[in-house]
Amino acid sequence: MPALRIDQVVEQLGLAIDRVMGEGSLYDKDLAALAILQARGDLIEAIFLVRAYRTTLPRFGNSTPIDTGAMQIERRISATFKDLPGGQVLGPTFDYTHRLLDPSLLSGLTDAPEVTPSAPESTPRVTDLLNGEGLIEPDFGAAGEELNQPVGDLTREPLEFPLDRDLRLQALARGDEGFLLGLGYSTQRGYARNHPFVGEIRIGEVEVELDIPELGFAVSLGRIKVTECQMVNQFKGSATVPPQFTRGYGLVFGQAERKAMSMSLVDRALRAREFGEDIKGIAQDEEFVISHCDNVQATGFVEHLKLPHYVDFQAELDLIRRMRGEFEARQDETALREAAE
Amino acid sequence: MNVATYNFAYLDEQTKRMIRRAILKAIAIPGYQVPFASREMPMPYGWGTGGVQITASIIGPDDVLKVIDQGADDTTNAVSIRAFFAKVANVAVTTHTADATIIQTRHRIPEKTLQAGQVLVCQVPIPEPLRFLEPRETETRKMHALEEYGLMHVKLYEDIAKHGRIATTYAYPVKVEGRYVMDPSPTPKFDNPKMHMSEALQLFGAGREKRIYAVPPHTEVVSLDFEDHPFTIQHFDEPCALCGAEQVYLDEVILDDHGGHMFVCSDTDNCEERRAAGHRGKLAGHALEAAE
Repeated sequence: MPALRIDQVVEQLGLAIDRVMGEGSLYDKDLAALAILQARGDLIEAIFLVRAYRTTLPRFGNSTPIDTGAMQIERRISATFKDLPGGQVLGPTFDYTHRLLDPSLLSGLTDAPEVTPSAPESTPRVTDLLNGEGLIEPDFGAAGEELNQPVGDLTREPLEFPLDRDLRLQALARGDEGFLLGLGYSTQRGYARNHPFVGEIRIGEVEVELDIPELGFAVSLGRIKVTECQMVNQFKGSATVPPQFTRGYGLVFGQAERKAMSMSLVDRALRAREFGEDIKGIAQDEEFVISHCDNVQATGFVEHLKLPHYVDFQAELDLIRRMRGEFEARQDETALREAAE
Repeated sequence: MNVATYNFAYLDEQTKRMIRRAILKAIAIPGYQVPFASREMPMPYGWGTGGVQITASIIGPDDVLKVIDQGADDTTNAVSIRAFFAKVANVAVTTHTADATIIQTRHRIPEKTLQAGQVLVCQVPIPEPLRFLEPRETETRKMHALEEYGLMHVKLYEDIAKHGRIATTYAYPVKVEGRYVMDPSPTPKFDNPKMHMSEALQLFGAGREKRIYAVPPHTEVVSLDFEDHPFTIQHFDEPCALCGAEQVYLDEVILDDHGGHMFVCSDTDNCEERRAAGHRGKLAGHALEAAE
């Protein structure tokens, strides 16, 4: 069987590449493809390979915030408005397809789905449209913190609970898709229900820019593809905040809609403290969610049970033998006493 | 395409500096768990990433490294970690406890008394001794800050009430320098007394949980107990079947499916040295030789 080439993986397993780049926190398609090949298709193993390489890379700066409003749209849908400026752009998706196995693929993959060229008209974000009326919390959130303040980095600083939202979002963006999917799902089934609507999902390329102090302005480093999900949720208001829609936010490398949606559901659930909501569901429990969402950590610790533990087991064996000895001695004693009576 | 290249001892120098700072803080506050920005390592979490990060940060070209798992130099994970440092740091490795400057270990402290200048690096899965009494980090940090260790004593007391003895056999909690209650990592309680007033520096790394803690040389390490139920270590009824050693920790090896078993030293280096010095246990092979 001829071996797969890196470029074939990049071109034909694009969504696997995107997942590895997202949860591996490293935007490099070739390295992700290499990792997938090396891991023989085990995506968590591939994510692990990418993470273990990424961690050795020196950090030379932080980009300026990406502007998803200026995205070159490949796909953009809103469930809250029938039509809106920029339009609904279906783009590449499995939505509305019939899940029938396609025997014609047996003779080889057909060409990759054609990507609709970017809509020429400007495509403002739905949340910005709602914001015009003041019906939704602004970008800087209920706490009113400033935009563009420095954000934390959990790969460089140890986490300390309770977290701010920046670190929470970072942890969720790196978090396991399946774990977040299950947690997001649980909020829909009544464990901390928060009445979500997909305000908007958009997928496409954005410019990444870096401020160069010597130059005094930002220069473009290139473009990356991201998926952004803005979930719009109900909020009844409080003594100080008028009734308005609140938001859950998801942003992931590549095309990863399921992940971005799950992330935004969980993000909204985890803001319970901020909105003074009762903490009733597991998805609202920050320490539980953030401590367990990383699949590289989880897989390592679960699988470490395969390592030898015979020193500790010996200690337990010794204890249980002694305790059984005492138990049997007591039994014998009782039997003896009963026989004597 | 980027071709991956790696620094001496894998970690970049900035990361090493960050970890060394955490280690210094840990040494300054014995038994206190210092949060550090643990990195992803090329081995899985739970397989010694904390220990590997400490070793990678303190190791220099002149160091001699020994790695053990379950007391043995020849267990797969120990071999793997030793080979990793031989590859990425090109350092000398040894199995002899006395020759090593750094000893990375999982689940045991060597039988041979450690000397000044040696560093013991323990791999730790769950650094928080109070974790199974209180799952929340926000709570346990408060409990440490307030020196509120009543819960731990209640747990040990309940053991006595239920089982007639303290039923913790490994990862047995200790109090360090009269202040912090510390998890000695899942070493059998047999090894706890070795930590007390040790001449060597003992470092503990938990990678997944992002904590480093330390017991500096000549530090008081006391296993928790009660006056009427004093701390005791395990005693084995028979000596090592290979080297005849007593007062050491033994592994049980199953010999057949009729319940036959033998006990041999968990510390393979200690056992080999004793046999080289002429000590013989009852199954050391001389019986067979005599029969031939």
